[in-house]
Amino acid sequence: MATKEKSKTKNITIKIDGQDISVAEGSTILEVARKTNIHIPTLCYHDDLCVAGNCRVCVVEQIGARNLVASCATPAAEGMNILTNSGKVRLARKHIVELLLSEHNADCTKCYKNGNCELQNLASEMLTRDHLFLDLVADRHYSIDKFNPAIIKDDSRCIRCQRCVRTCEELQSVSALEVANKGAHMKISTFYEHPLFEVVCTNCGQCVNRCPTGALIERTYVDEVWDALYNPKKHVVVQTAPAVRIALGEALGMEPGKIVTGKMVAALKRIGFQSVLDTDFTADLTIIEEGHELLSRLKRALVDKDPKVALPMTTSCSPGWIKFIEHTFPEYLPNVSTCKSPQQMFGALAKTFYAQKRGLNPEDIVSVSVMPCTAKKYEADRPEMRSSGHKDVDFVLTTRELAIMIRQAGLDFESLPNEQYDSIMGVSSGAGVIFGSTGGVMEAALRTVYEVVTGKEIPFENLNITPVRGTEGEVRKASLKITGTLPDFNFLEGVELKCVVANSLVYAKRVMQEVRDGKADYHFIEIMACPGGCLGGGGQPIPTSPEIRAKRKAAIYQEDMGMTIRKSHENPEVTAIYKEFLGKPLGHKSHELLHTHYKARQRY
Amino acid sequence: MPNNQDNLIKELVGTYGRERTSLLPILQGVISQKNFISDFDMTEIAKELDISAAQVYGTATFYSFLDTAARGKYVIRICKTITCDMHGRKEIIQTIENMLKIKVGETTQNKIFTLLETNCLGWCHKGPAMLINDQPYSELTPEKVHEIIAEYMNNNRR
Amino acid sequence: MSELIQRVDLIFGEYSDQKYKVLEEALKRPNDDIIKDLLDSGLKGRGGAGFPTALKWKFTAEVPSDEKYVVCNADEGEPGTFKDREILSRVPRKVFSGMAICGKVIGSNKGLIYLRGEYKFMLPELLKELDTYHEHAKKLNHNFTIEIRLGSGAYICGEESALFESMEGKRGEPRNKPPYPTTSGFMGKPTVINNVETFVNVLMICRIGPVQFRKLGTTDSRGSKVFSVSGDTPKPGIYELELGMPLFQFVDEFGDGDTKAVQVGGASGFCVPRKKFKDTIIGFEGVPTGGSMMIFNSSRSMYNVLHNYLDFFEEESCGQCTPCRVGCQQLRKGIEAVKRGEKPVLYLEQLMKLAETMKITAKCGLGQSVANSFSSIVSNFKEEMIY
Repeated sequence: MATKEKSKTKNITIKIDGQDISVAEGSTILEVARKTNIHIPTLCYHDDLCVAGNCRVCVVEQIGARNLVASCATPAAEGMNILTNSGKVRLARKHIVELLLSEHNADCTKCYKNGNCELQNLASEMLTRDHLFLDLVADRHYSIDKFNPAIIKDDSRCIRCQRCVRTCEELQSVSALEVANKGAHMKISTFYEHPLFEVVCTNCGQCVNRCPTGALIERTYVDEVWDALYNPKKHVVVQTAPAVRIALGEALGMEPGKIVTGKMVAALKRIGFQSVLDTDFTADLTIIEEGHELLSRLKRALVDKDPKVALPMTTSCSPGWIKFIEHTFPEYLPNVSTCKSPQQMFGALAKTFYAQKRGLNPEDIVSVSVMPCTAKKYEADRPEMRSSGHKDVDFVLTTRELAIMIRQAGLDFESLPNEQYDSIMGVSSGAGVIFGSTGGVMEAALRTVYEVVTGKEIPFENLNITPVRGTEGEVRKASLKITGTLPDFNFLEGVELKCVVANSLVYAKRVMQEVRDGKADYHFIEIMACPGGCLGGGGQPIPTSPEIRAKRKAAIYQEDMGMTIRKSHENPEVTAIYKEFLGKPLGHKSHELLHTHYKARQRY
Repeated sequence: MPNNQDNLIKELVGTYGRERTSLLPILQGVISQKNFISDFDMTEIAKELDISAAQVYGTATFYSFLDTAARGKYVIRICKTITCDMHGRKEIIQTIENMLKIKVGETTQNKIFTLLETNCLGWCHKGPAMLINDQPYSELTPEKVHEIIAEYMNNNRR
Repeated sequence: MSELIQRVDLIFGEYSDQKYKVLEEALKRPNDDIIKDLLDSGLKGRGGAGFPTALKWKFTAEVPSDEKYVVCNADEGEPGTFKDREILSRVPRKVFSGMAICGKVIGSNKGLIYLRGEYKFMLPELLKELDTYHEHAKKLNHNFTIEIRLGSGAYICGEESALFESMEGKRGEPRNKPPYPTTSGFMGKPTVINNVETFVNVLMICRIGPVQFRKLGTTDSRGSKVFSVSGDTPKPGIYELELGMPLFQFVDEFGDGDTKAVQVGGASGFCVPRKKFKDTIIGFEGVPTGGSMMIFNSSRSMYNVLHNYLDFFEEESCGQCTPCRVGCQQLRKGIEAVKRGEKPVLYLEQLMKLAETMKITAKCGLGQSVANSFSSIVSNFKEEMIY
């Protein structure tokens, strides 16, 4: 099975295509080739995952060896002489791609991934015009699972590279997908081939991000949204999540890490949305509600000594995380903040507050969101998410789907001017923006909570609370000593507020196990289901890799720094909505519209 | 769910442990008690071993003897590999099909017999061969297999 | 037996007079001595791949590790092979002793036998015999226990790394190599994995010495080999013979007078047609074999034989790597299409090229050999594929 990369120490020399190259011992042939700008095709290989070595498309010839070797799985060794493009290699690769095509439903024009498919690219590169081998698809009884609001699994397009299986296990520790059967019947399956919505799948979409073909895709609502836009009776509002603006460009041919907020707003307006609004506004609102919730729980624990108060409190913005805890640690559901996610707060307000202000009948409003996420599609479909009396968010589009709409609309994205969000519910702070990165909710909450409690700005240079800025592949712990409290919050004087930030469910699981085993004394836990947080979400542009996500992350913090308002409680629209509509944080109206409850689910 | 099922998994876990290495012995234990592994049993095993149910399913379906579909009390597996085939596998199957009134892949209505084919059993010098549960039978002839199956039927009646 | 073919009585020969006597003697010897004997004996693994046993043990012995394992591969799944069952039921003590010696040499105190599920019926007898072994080991002060793990019907688990995966409770999917078992085997620890017969060979070398052992066989193929003879033969069964004999001698002895072809090495081995019997040596210099010898007479359709093998691999491939999973299906469907006339005869050439790709690109040793029977049968019996 998969093997982890070995630690690298001394240097060795190998020859690739006649070139002598000195590399660190332990590098694979593929890594060496990439460093030398030699392109070796891959399918099962992925930067984020353990090496599987099962597709065999990356084979190369090692002079002196009887067989070809998989470059992804073979360490470079001193004196190796490698040919990456010999006749033997090319024929073998072509055969392998042809074999994959022979069991693949290759009606590309009917496929959602048409034009963005790694198998299609290879087929085109290898000129597989007359298929060499017999078609095996007709003999198969491939099935499609399309009953899920978020993810569609189409076995007829699966090439069995197992990227999804490794993703679900290694990054997410969910293992909803696993390899089943063997030989010709080998397939990627859920438990007993149940539909995805019946199993432990969190809808995080990380498998979708890594599927090289159209076997795992998001359920798309592009056509439904166009229909709404063309319907003169409907008022279509759109909200855009923080992480969309720093990744959308990638899906439209731009370099990773470009901030395209203004162009995105311009595109949405040209597409025809009546009102282009910002999820960041409700991210700020989330901070107010969640911050007060944390303070109230702390007060109940420290002052009232209420044994029933559930601490540590965890964040609730990531719907992948919510589904995960519902399945895996249902006994800890009381610890999850009751705050809805910013998307759902927005949805509830769009058909109440916004409708009132604009004098619209909520029935005529179609509420669309653009999210870096597939789990948001499932979240919007939850029966709890109808507190406006209607479906609060009608359609959830991923970043990728928005890119499709922009292309369909014939817009030249890069040349669009920068435009501003509409109002109301279009103003946001830098705190709202950083929701898109792991550690962002924590940082935003601390910026506000500290100030509420002490009346002073949190003592970090430029408000950058770097200790909580999580990184991939770790659980980040930080604590903050509170001093100089205002009278109402004297109970917190001298308290060391213990925070922990985790991204990727495999780390979420670790944190929760610590909590369960009594090995942790955290107060506040931020969890994002996806690597790097929402910026690495399952709805983000494909491909994804640690480098790409690092660029997106830099862009998010850059966007934060560029905002005039950096703290949620200073967002004037937030202040206004409490004054005009909500009353006070955790008040009756908030409770009705902005908070929710969770459901314990079967783990298996 | 009946209590005794619950106990079986707990017992097996008690014997073999909760490590991933215990998974195969546990699944084999279920098979020797019940001849197949139900979805309920798989979820129980998953819970005990703290792995996902899909992982249990994926592992079970890799192994031909770890049936995940309901099977009879006696599972007959006829070797279909070449030398058994050359020496009369087809007649053996026909004999059994006629006796039990089922086809390969099916289970008798009374849930006593399941008839399956399998790959090389390692009795190539004495083909055709078959397994009934764990017991091998070789050098089969239609007459001999008739006797064997008849005996199982009788034993079961008693 | 004809004079040409010499039956040997090494593997199945009688036990030493005193139980576990050879083990007792071996435990007194320095490890290097034993490795040197194995090296001098020229012993190569009896599972089919033929890696020198002495080196395997030496490499594993040299790796520092808190835990090491000795694994006996008794997942005898190759069609036409049944010798391991015979060895384990007739001389289990020799197997255990061989493993125990390995434990001493490499510094392991844990032995595991992976017994194929089809042989579960042997378990009670083996466990009884193991109790006796453990008593003796205790008496000899040798801290080496042996446990039996069962397979559950998966041919691929005979591949060593798949076998480890299976023992670890997972799907039996072969791993990438390197790392090799000598550094990272069962549970990621240094492991010696040998075939049942190899362990017995080791014991016999300890008993009779490398010089005697070398007298059997040829330069490249030292010692005796247990052959599983089946098919169109008047005397199917188990025979211990010298390695390195020409195939025609074998056919003279075991054929029914009308032998058309012999499949040497099982479904993953090579088919040798009559015209090549004379020039084919059974052994590592010619056609290597794990012991399976399937004889076909002229009444047999080689198309059917090949079809049967391909069916087998289509089901028994683990399915993870493309060339083996899809290649096997293509070969099977391909010969069907040519037979039915839906594809031109020329298509066989296309499939021969595919078979070559499968051999050089599959992930594991078994995957690399699944197309052997295809290429050797199609190239020698092309007319039978067409008409």
